[in-house]
Amino acid sequence: MSGHESTYKPGNGFTKWLDSRLPIVRLAHDSFVDFPTPKNLNYWYTFGGILAICLAVQIITGIVLAMHYTATVDQAFASVERIMRDVPYGWLLRYIHAVGASMFFLAVYMHMFRGLYYGSYKAPREVLWILGCVIFLLMMATAFLGYMLPWGQMSLHGANVIISLFGAIPLVGESLQTWLLGGPSIGNQTLQRFFSLHYLLPFMIAGVVILHIWALHVPGNNNPTGVEVQDVKKDTVPFHPYYTVKDGFAIVVFLIIFAAFVFYLPNVLGHADNYIEANPLVTPAHIVPEWYLLPFYAILRAITFNLGPIDAKLLGVIFMFAAIAVLFVLPWLDTSKVKSMRYRPVAKQFFFGFVAACLLLGWVGASNPDDPIIAMGSDKLVVTYTDAQGIDGSAVFTEYDEAAMFRSEQQAAGATASMAVQKAPAFRFIHLGQLLTAYYFAYFLLILPILGLRERPKGEPDSIHKAIIGSHSSAQAVPAE
Amino acid sequence: MKLFRIFSAAVGALALTMTASAAGGAKHAHAPEKGWSFASPTGQLDKKAMQRGYQVYREVCASCHGMKLLSYRNLGEKGGPFYDELYPNANDNLLVKAFAAEDEILDPVPDDAGDYVYRPARPSDVFRSPYPNEQAARAANGGAYPPDLSVITKARGHGEPGSGASYVYSLLSGYPDPDKIKTKKGEDGLNINYIEFDKDETVGTLIQPNGQYYNPYMSGDSSANWQGDPRHVPYGGFLAMATQLSDGRVEYMDGTEATISQMASDVAHFLQWAGEPHYDARKKLGLPVVLYLLFFAILLWFSYKRIWRNVDH
Repeated sequence: MSGHESTYKPGNGFTKWLDSRLPIVRLAHDSFVDFPTPKNLNYWYTFGGILAICLAVQIITGIVLAMHYTATVDQAFASVERIMRDVPYGWLLRYIHAVGASMFFLAVYMHMFRGLYYGSYKAPREVLWILGCVIFLLMMATAFLGYMLPWGQMSLHGANVIISLFGAIPLVGESLQTWLLGGPSIGNQTLQRFFSLHYLLPFMIAGVVILHIWALHVPGNNNPTGVEVQDVKKDTVPFHPYYTVKDGFAIVVFLIIFAAFVFYLPNVLGHADNYIEANPLVTPAHIVPEWYLLPFYAILRAITFNLGPIDAKLLGVIFMFAAIAVLFVLPWLDTSKVKSMRYRPVAKQFFFGFVAACLLLGWVGASNPDDPIIAMGSDKLVVTYTDAQGIDGSAVFTEYDEAAMFRSEQQAAGATASMAVQKAPAFRFIHLGQLLTAYYFAYFLLILPILGLRERPKGEPDSIHKAIIGSHSSAQAVPAE
Repeated sequence: MKLFRIFSAAVGALALTMTASAAGGAKHAHAPEKGWSFASPTGQLDKKAMQRGYQVYREVCASCHGMKLLSYRNLGEKGGPFYDELYPNANDNLLVKAFAAEDEILDPVPDDAGDYVYRPARPSDVFRSPYPNEQAARAANGGAYPPDLSVITKARGHGEPGSGASYVYSLLSGYPDPDKIKTKKGEDGLNINYIEFDKDETVGTLIQPNGQYYNPYMSGDSSANWQGDPRHVPYGGFLAMATQLSDGRVEYMDGTEATISQMASDVAHFLQWAGEPHYDARKKLGLPVVLYLLFFAILLWFSYKRIWRNVDH
């Protein structure tokens, strides 16, 4: 914490000399060794360390992959396969990098839900939270750019869908789209600029991560009680060895899951169509993004209506970006003075509803919007005809035989007749998507602002160490959370 | 550890989400009756099956389908169908050399006079392509382009082990029985091929377009050619490849009886390897890595317990 006095003592002549010129060892010591950290952090707080590992893994594997990758439309697909086939352990590098992207997002979503639950975005940590949102945005951009590089069918057509969203922006949209693509459509120049930016952005992420840690170390960690540290001696322990070992354990458990995917299910998180080389002339039947972008894709597709002068396409784009933008202003939307949801029994229910909504949005994003979830009644057959006098008509049937007989009767009478399926009314994925989108925004724009003013929170503990003692006396032998 | 339970539930939900995305109009592909030797976490590719599969590829598939990501040497590399410990360098493998030499290819490097000449292939060469380019392939196949088979098992599966091979197996062995395909004269006097369906609610006639063949495992939409209840269109679609396998189509060198199912399963096995030549190496490395991490996690857990023993938290 900023007020915390440095305990670093240079041990020899060289470190003394260095400390008076560039106190970098002191900075590291104060940040990662002697940094006072609340005693009561649970495993949800280990995802920060896990994410640092994820970023390092992606950068290291990515740099080596770039040594073997060829960013041209004629060779990109084959060069990725060449890495998998002929580069020693290239298959391992590439699978770590591809699975690593999914693991990175898994961890970042855990980290964000943790922050939402324990109110880590509230004063004095607003800047810390906003920097986290910037990292999230950069991560999504990096993942999107990187998905283009294997030059499979989903790479090309997924990128096409996303870039064409910019075309929906009035006035500048079309020029913006051309500028992003480097031409009228996706081509070699697009692949090369995506590669260049995919290499650049992770280092920007690393830069913002440094700011993120800096902004964390000014107010210090939040904790599951949401009560600030009052007495450094009673409430905190030094980061090392207490949290290095706890984070270390969590990181290794996370790596076991990571390894299970890399070695046993390396392709299960991706889309099979991306092993078909990109072909602009053939569009895949269902274009879907990677799983970690599915909830936002579901929000984009949920908007099927115009609003005043704004057409559905633009409105969908606005909603999709708003779903991320709303996170940036969250510190000022939540009006509750109580940070942790532990002491907000009503808000807690809405929070778990929000988590469920995000997971279900992912499901909706992966599904065909028109597919029914709950069908009401069964599909019917409708025969439409134009008889010899030119009069149109139609008739609805349940049984195929009757419909077919009616059709042939009409045809025999000189009419043109055709049969089509009339879908039964149903609750479809599009409807679920719309409901969930409404809840997503209501959570931030209605529930958190209003609930904070109206709810009656449970009593917060006076301090972190009193909360720890309290948890022991009220329920014996409760394992530490 | 309650939190880790929630964590694993989330991972499970994620996996569910992924499988949910894999819906389609084609019939769900299935593995051969005896299953795939390589599908389980410790399972490995069956070398004999891969060798037979290569024979099927050579004698049946290779006349239309290329595999441009494979070289002959791959066949003799570790994990490959003809790997031999005597030849750590696959370019020296006699069998591989012989396979390569059977194919005549256009040398990618010009000779001393600057001419491109045909010569027998060497292990370092890429598999011979049946057609010089896509246009030639389409011209020879009624406009359809036989896809390259190098990564077909990865491009058709859903990521679960064996799902891509199951697709290849199901497609090759899943064509309707030849005597089910009937022929009648159309109004214009030309023959029309059709198939009658009378199973469950799928009752009607499916017209096979000229030069197209129905297969329930092919993705696509057969509703335009369906004469019957449009709510119960048969699974699958049409492709330009007619059924290729018939009993005894190849004569296996190892004496195995060449049934349709056997050949389809063998070639799927070979293509599974071709899609990922380091498949066995990957699975073999997985166990020690996971065990090492597990051991490391246990050590860290006890370190954690010891370091925190005097701290109330």
